[in-house]
Amino acid sequence: MSGTYLGMPSFPEAAREAVHDPTLRGNLRHATHTIRDKRARAVAELDDWARLREAGKRIKDHTLRYLDRYLVRVEEAVTAAGGTVHWAADAEEANRIVADLVKATGESEVVKVKSMATQETGLNEALEAEGIRAYETDLAELIVQLGGDRPSHILVPAIHRNRGEIRDIFRSEMGEWGRPAPEGLTDTPAELAEAARLHLREKFLRARVGISGANFMVAETGTLVVVESEGNGRMCLTLPETLISVVGIEKIVPTWRDLEVFLQTLPRSSTAERMNPYTSMWTGTTDGDGPRTFHLVLLDNGRTDTLADEVGRQALRCIRCSACLNVCPVYERAGGHAYGSVYPGPIGAILSPQLRGTGSEIDASLPYASSLCGACYEVCPVAIDIPEVLVHLREKVADQGGKGHRLEGVAMRTATWLLDHPAALNAGERLASRTRKLHPKRLPGPGAREWTNSRDLPAMPPEPFRDWWKKNHA
Amino acid sequence: MRVALFATCVNDALYPSTAIATVKVLERLGVEVEFPAAQTCCGQPQYNTGYRRATEPLVRRMARAFEGYDHVVTPSGSCVAMVRDNYPRIGAKAVAEGRGGELADAAASLAPHVHELTEFLVDVLGVTDVGAYFPHTVTYHPSCHGLRVLGLRDRPRRLLEAVKGLELVELPGAEECCGFGGTFAVKNADVSEAMGDDKIRNALSTDADVLCGADNSCLMHLGGMLRRQEAPQRALHLAEILASTEEEPLR
Repeated sequence: MSGTYLGMPSFPEAAREAVHDPTLRGNLRHATHTIRDKRARAVAELDDWARLREAGKRIKDHTLRYLDRYLVRVEEAVTAAGGTVHWAADAEEANRIVADLVKATGESEVVKVKSMATQETGLNEALEAEGIRAYETDLAELIVQLGGDRPSHILVPAIHRNRGEIRDIFRSEMGEWGRPAPEGLTDTPAELAEAARLHLREKFLRARVGISGANFMVAETGTLVVVESEGNGRMCLTLPETLISVVGIEKIVPTWRDLEVFLQTLPRSSTAERMNPYTSMWTGTTDGDGPRTFHLVLLDNGRTDTLADEVGRQALRCIRCSACLNVCPVYERAGGHAYGSVYPGPIGAILSPQLRGTGSEIDASLPYASSLCGACYEVCPVAIDIPEVLVHLREKVADQGGKGHRLEGVAMRTATWLLDHPAALNAGERLASRTRKLHPKRLPGPGAREWTNSRDLPAMPPEPFRDWWKKNHA
Repeated sequence: MRVALFATCVNDALYPSTAIATVKVLERLGVEVEFPAAQTCCGQPQYNTGYRRATEPLVRRMARAFEGYDHVVTPSGSCVAMVRDNYPRIGAKAVAEGRGGELADAAASLAPHVHELTEFLVDVLGVTDVGAYFPHTVTYHPSCHGLRVLGLRDRPRRLLEAVKGLELVELPGAEECCGFGGTFAVKNADVSEAMGDDKIRNALSTDADVLCGADNSCLMHLGGMLRRQEAPQRALHLAEILASTEEEPLR
């Protein structure tokens, strides 16, 4: 993945500030609870939700099982329809391919459809370094880009910004990038949207190169699919002469029949809509209609490694709906930036350490950024058992024995020894009970200190249960 | 019908009153309970922190300790979830690693017999009124493992609603995690504390005397926060409410 987040501190450290920021906590709470409730209502409308979820899971598992064949099929179909397919093993290669393709057109600016894959590769920064300006055209991505900020949510990347902040960003930054914000811009949603519309219109009409990702690729026909709400995607996909789409290799569905399942589950899970306002589909190029040149860049960037892990591979089923973010109690308090990745929340906690490996401090801490409450698994439209994968990844992190884990390993194995010797355990329990009047309210040392900072320890009982049982029943 | 109590390590060492209450409720309902002394802990802390191999001796111990019992009853949803959900995974991984089927067999022999207390009362004994008396206002927090892994649904509520004198009040945001999460509570102490704060704010907004739960590990976290804040509410395990009678009321 991109180097943008190198040097991120561990999750607990990165989360601390957000947890203690009451405005951010309030914004996140309001936003996530609103979407969460709307999603629950949208899902409850369908009697066959459980079956759609199971079908989505099976289609994805089947596709991943035969991914090698489906990828070749996509390549053949896209090529036959007039497109050109490129293969990128990692972010750097994907960015190189895209930069060269843009340069070959002679253009120095591009318009972009909201895309997780190109955020993952850090494409905008890579293009910038080559003298190419990439304009984000999704409203929230525009806010993030103009503000020199990072996205904090998969679907609503500016979830951490309120209306006043957005107005200020528009006023001070739009002029730098193109058409300035209208005089006297207020923070009403309609005015903000109009300002963005005017600013972007100019870019849509001028741009000769568009860059997108895709929500799905239909293998049987080589058709790419983008679902969106604002129509900016439709503009970018149809107006420019050249279209370049960067798509993760796991985005394939075998047939149109399979697509039908996800076109029901994705909008309801993400925006709580029965159907998203714009669904754009294109197959290669068509004379006199839309871009004359189409390039598809198939991106691996850690996906093959993830696929090799029998437990972890289920993360590749993800359709980026972000329902798991909106129900996650940890995301709600820590915010998206603490996850140090374009993929925040529960799915990010299992995706980032697999795509990037668990070498860095942030990636080694992400599998622990969960209370394992299971709310994410419950809402996932492709039934990714996120808690199962989190625990699986914790084992990998513990095995590599990094910061703190060596001592923890010793403590865990000691506990197991004690728990495997009931007589020793009983002696320990008795000692703790007999010395109970001496126990202080706050304790030093790792673990104990964190516990007693905010909580009293339980009052020790006069005797453990097993002693009571011996006296009363044995 | 041979019934064993799995007290759990947390209850044995820190909350014996919950295990005692479980015994009392079961005996009141005519169930003869045994306590196999070889039992200790299900290994959940080790497993959930990433130490699967250190959990294995405890999987073997659990299976040995409860061998031959028709039912193993425990007042802890998360420990049942550990046995039911994770023991088979531990067994399957051992098989995949070429270490034989011994752990998988241990998991398969134990898992079907283990019941969370409210499951045993409602499903096996077919009882919701256990003859309890508890003249207090109570709000109920359904812990995540009971709610989402075991699917306890309304079993705890039905048991509470049948308690004489008890007034059950709705907990706002009941299905949200309390922030305990085992070692999460110390590894991510700030987020855990923020979640706990929201939970007890919701609990206190009900003006209930008691915040009831069916998992003492969550209650250790919530009760610890309530006491630290000197709040006028106490955390109490469901079993202790069910054990309270007019003759022997819980104080």
